[in-house]
Amino acid sequence: MTGTVATETTTSPSARLRETFTRLSRHGLFWPVVALVVLLLACGIVSPGFLDVTVRDGHLFGQVVDILRQSATPLLLAIGMCLVIATGGIDLSVGAVMAISLAVSLTYIAESGSGTTVATALTGLALGLVVALAIGLFNGFLVTVLGIQPFIATLILMIAGRGIAMLITKGQITTVTSPPFKAIGAGYLFGIPMPVIIAGGVFTLVALLVRGTALGMLLESIGINREASRLAGVKSRNITWFVYALCGLLAGLAGIVYGAPTMAADANNVGLMKELDAIMVVVLGGTKLEGGKFSLAGCVVGALILSTLERAVVIFHLPTQVTPLFKALILIVVCIAGSDRLRARAGLVRRARRTPAAPVEVAA
Amino acid sequence: MSTTSTTATEPVVRMTGITIEFPGVKALDGVDLTLRPGEVHALMGENGAGKSTLIKALTGVYRIDAGEITVADVGRRFDGPADAQDAGVSTVYQEVNLAPNLSVAENIMLGHEVRLGPFVNWPATRRAARTHLARLGLDLDPMSMLGSHSIAIQQLCAIARAMVVDAKVLILDEPTSSLDKAEVAQLFDVMRQLRADGVAILFVSHFLDQIYEITDRLTVLRNGRLVGEYLTAELPRLELVSKMVGRASEDLADIEKAARRTTTHDLEGRQPVLQALGLGRDGTVEPFDLELYEGEIVGVAGLLGSGRTEVARLLYGADRADHGTLTVRGAAVRSATPLGSLQRGVALASEDRKKEGIIGDLTVRENIALAMQAERGAWRKVPAKELDATVARYIEALSIHPANPDALIRNLSGGNQQKVLLARWLATAPKLLLLDEPTRGIDVGAKAEIQRLVAELASEGMSVVFISSELEEVLRLSHRVVVMRDRQKVGELTNGPDVTATTVLETIAASGSAS
Repeated sequence: MTGTVATETTTSPSARLRETFTRLSRHGLFWPVVALVVLLLACGIVSPGFLDVTVRDGHLFGQVVDILRQSATPLLLAIGMCLVIATGGIDLSVGAVMAISLAVSLTYIAESGSGTTVATALTGLALGLVVALAIGLFNGFLVTVLGIQPFIATLILMIAGRGIAMLITKGQITTVTSPPFKAIGAGYLFGIPMPVIIAGGVFTLVALLVRGTALGMLLESIGINREASRLAGVKSRNITWFVYALCGLLAGLAGIVYGAPTMAADANNVGLMKELDAIMVVVLGGTKLEGGKFSLAGCVVGALILSTLERAVVIFHLPTQVTPLFKALILIVVCIAGSDRLRARAGLVRRARRTPAAPVEVAA
Repeated sequence: MSTTSTTATEPVVRMTGITIEFPGVKALDGVDLTLRPGEVHALMGENGAGKSTLIKALTGVYRIDAGEITVADVGRRFDGPADAQDAGVSTVYQEVNLAPNLSVAENIMLGHEVRLGPFVNWPATRRAARTHLARLGLDLDPMSMLGSHSIAIQQLCAIARAMVVDAKVLILDEPTSSLDKAEVAQLFDVMRQLRADGVAILFVSHFLDQIYEITDRLTVLRNGRLVGEYLTAELPRLELVSKMVGRASEDLADIEKAARRTTTHDLEGRQPVLQALGLGRDGTVEPFDLELYEGEIVGVAGLLGSGRTEVARLLYGADRADHGTLTVRGAAVRSATPLGSLQRGVALASEDRKKEGIIGDLTVRENIALAMQAERGAWRKVPAKELDATVARYIEALSIHPANPDALIRNLSGGNQQKVLLARWLATAPKLLLLDEPTRGIDVGAKAEIQRLVAELASEGMSVVFISSELEEVLRLSHRVVVMRDRQKVGELTNGPDVTATTVLETIAASGSAS
């Protein structure tokens, strides 16, 4: 975040304000945050009490808390996707991976016969994650070792993944009763919904991982100029492989968090189109699809916009079928507002308009 | 050379007061250029003098900010390359941009096919192609694939194509940089033919010999300004060079002498830093032997495509070697990789700054940190304090401008980008630094600074391989010169008073059997 404020003593307060605004608006997250705030306020106006948060039964309660909970899945997906996109790649398989990991976890719990114990639930969780990690490693293998284009390489599992999930669930919707497992998606810790804790924890860990080490910089350098990075000794293969594996693992976790409350593994519908949501969240957060510079904080804002939008459609009494249209609208608005080219043009216009007035400012 | 007296003829191209500005830079400042029919005119200047900008103004690629262009006495305002072509200005670029998988005839006649209603009359088109080839004295099968011919022949086809539109002016931008001697002779024959036909030819080449062999007149540019127009035959070489570099010829001789003094050096008692024995890679470099010693600058000279870049890439491990052995500081290297080389103290600054050097969207600090960080691996981040100190040190030592570590490298000038990249490699504390064209495309001041730095580093014990297409530069700096030709090492000269650009060029030109 930009914490710096203009401290020119000679400029007038209004000029200073304008400068602060200009500087803030240059920040990659400025327009996404504006979009989020506008959405929240609009909902608050249409539905009074929307922004209220109360404590009920020791848990935080309210629409905003719900939005946070809803944001967990897209955020988990987007964090992995963001790192993959930074390397100049893409992972289309994350939606299918959600279905697979959930299918593996629930099938294990269903067949263990002791679904109610914590140990079984945790083993189920671990198995789901291991399978998701394996899939991520496989994607990474295709991309880095075999040199297949990321789009094609991950398209394979995007298509085949649901079939694999169907095989695991034997074509049925596997349902189990396991309170400990359900808690992963529906429980609370210190009054905060579990998915929010998980997503927040993962975000913190990954942020520390990429920014606390040199991983983030090397990822960006690979995404911006792979050959130059290779010649500078960057192990681009290992690093790229690592982020695909991480992306798979996080997609698996997202699948479990998403499916745990219902405890039903519907191989056909879990995670459907979620890969596109994840990409949208990444783009909303100001990370460019061509790779290079990335923003994990942007993923948080993007995920919040996405789930606020989904909620807003309900608040505004619109048919939920039109949600995709609103997603597209928001995406267009944020992308246009953040467009460098547009800004350059607007800047030219403003400068042209301000030029005659400039001497006055100097005099003041 | 029978310099036909063409002074009396009316110029076909008159460019006066041409000025072109890029953001923050005046690339051309009031430059004049006059081309006369039946004349080969050389455009001379060091890298960054504005040659290519002037050519692009004449071919309509750049719009001029001030000045006038007249072609055949008609004032022109070029809004694109098509306008220039319509005015009778044709260009053949260094890289042949034709379609290698089409036939020679198709390439020459593309866009000018003989029509038969809505169809192409192929027999007539082929005949026309043959006529155009014959005009240049070329006996080629018009039906053969263009790609099956040598680059030289392809270039001649490009010229034939340029002449299909009856060009009054032909621009040849470094056409000889990848040709061998016989091919150059063939090209010159074609140029003489065209000259006799009254075409005005603008010729750009780095090779002084060629300038004196083929051109009648020359225009010298320096730092975007016109130095003057001269008759080639009346301008001695040293004078020409001093006009290009902007120093009096006596000064130049002084620099030569000073440089020579430092080159007396003996390898007695020194340790070899690197030994290559029969190192080679199929299709890029024939096996070669090379030994590099501490504190030694070894120049690599050769034409473009002679394999000089490939030698550096093999030594660094950017490409995998198919043959031979490599020993670095006494230890055999089984298969060199960039990372391994960095860890052994070998660094390569690639010639392609943009594609293989800078990470455009990252800051100066991050660009300097990259190799150092890669050496340690992703998990062991270079501590901020250590990095800041390193970055500050190199920004100062190399006078990188702007001196702001947070500036994005893509916003820096070419010379400063090059300095940042040098800082990247120097920060890894290499024992051997491979520099591939470190001074290409950067301004004269930065060039001198980099040359001085190289000499300094060597005096501190670093071993440096210095690759440059500017022979003078190689000779000024190097203790030894490795000469490359046709992807082979054809010789190795110990630098001394008797070694001149001519000696090196002779070694390049001599047949491979002589070594």
